Amino acid sequence: MHRFANPTTFMRIANAVFPWAAGLAVVLFLAGLPIALVTSPPDYQQGDTVRLFYIHVPSAWISLLVYGSMAVSSAAFLIWRHPMANVSARAIAPMGATFTGLALITGMLWGQPMWGTFWVWDARLTSFLLLFFLYLGYIALADAFEDPERGDKAAAILAVVGSVNLPIIHFSVEWWNTLHQPSIVKMGGFTVDGSILLPLFLMLGAFTCYTVAVWVLRLRAELLAVKLRNARMSEVSLSRMPAE
Amino acid sequence: MTRKRRRLYFVMLGLLGLGGGVALALTAFQDNIVFFRSPTEVAAGKVAANQRVRIGGLVENGSLVKNGENISFSVTDMSNTLKVQYTGLLPDLFREGQGIIAEGQMKGGVFVASEVLAKHDENYMPKEVADALKKSGHWQEGGVQAPPRQEGGAPSATPAK
Repeated sequence: MHRFANPTTFMRIANAVFPWAAGLAVVLFLAGLPIALVTSPPDYQQGDTVRLFYIHVPSAWISLLVYGSMAVSSAAFLIWRHPMANVSARAIAPMGATFTGLALITGMLWGQPMWGTFWVWDARLTSFLLLFFLYLGYIALADAFEDPERGDKAAAILAVVGSVNLPIIHFSVEWWNTLHQPSIVKMGGFTVDGSILLPLFLMLGAFTCYTVAVWVLRLRAELLAVKLRNARMSEVSLSRMPAE
Repeated sequence: MTRKRRRLYFVMLGLLGLGGGVALALTAFQDNIVFFRSPTEVAAGKVAANQRVRIGGLVENGSLVKNGENISFSVTDMSNTLKVQYTGLLPDLFREGQGIIAEGQMKGGVFVASEVLAKHDENYMPKEVADALKKSGHWQEGGVQAPPRQEGGAPSATPAK
């Protein structure tokens, strides 16, 4: 793990992953979207509303995956001061916030015709809304200080503390009764027919590859921003030097 | 002990303490986090008259009576049944055998609902598959999970899968 603390090594691996992730994302979207939105069968109860499922579930999956990665890298930053860990968490946070928002919106659009309401305060919906606020809090906190290093530390603590919410989101539908349906993953398989499972898996793969690809792009941008900041600071200190 | 090791223990202990605290708080608020009560809990007197609550269960087969917008039906969790009265529009998924959640209050042994929501279960399949399952006799109705704590060993509202 400490090997990846070196920015050069880290970026070499990230840059090598990028074309594969981007290419695979394009292929999976091209394969998955027509099946998900057009050719897959309507559900026996939901009809065509089931197609929201192919956006909703992958979005929610990415939301949890991204937060998990942020929590792990924030812990690595706090404990070992890995210089890439905080950059990675900063780079990926807006992706997590976007997909959490998308999962909330698609869920509400599905809930209105199916449940008869956009929103209820059950354990799943409430804990997932909290995840959205955790993302927004992280982004705001990371940029709240003049000195970005103080922002890094405060935001990393928030990310680690907020990770307590992840198991609550996942198990909320088992620990308490909720309006939200339980997980489609059951002991020994799925509660979903194969014709609906196939587009779901294609979309899960597409969303994941897309997220990895954009994460690398954002990593590059974050590193450039750090370089720019350092260059400006040395320029300022140089220009002040002769006056003293 | 190096500083890195100390920070590692600090983060781990912090998370452990935080997790424990949250677990205790969630256990203590168990009654407020559950979204609905079952007819068995209502029968056991856990719901006071005129207290606003949500109840959930399956709409009992043959219990639905529609009189214009005045609707009455029974909600069951397979061990106890509760009569529900409701005036208004029902969600599309509402039908006999379907899991529903109703919000309202008990009035003289009848649950007067002001809102009825349909609960959707985790089973997704095309119509042809559903028809084939029904034909072969492998069909099981129901979508409402049992409440987490079951007094008196009340059976679950969800038929065995």
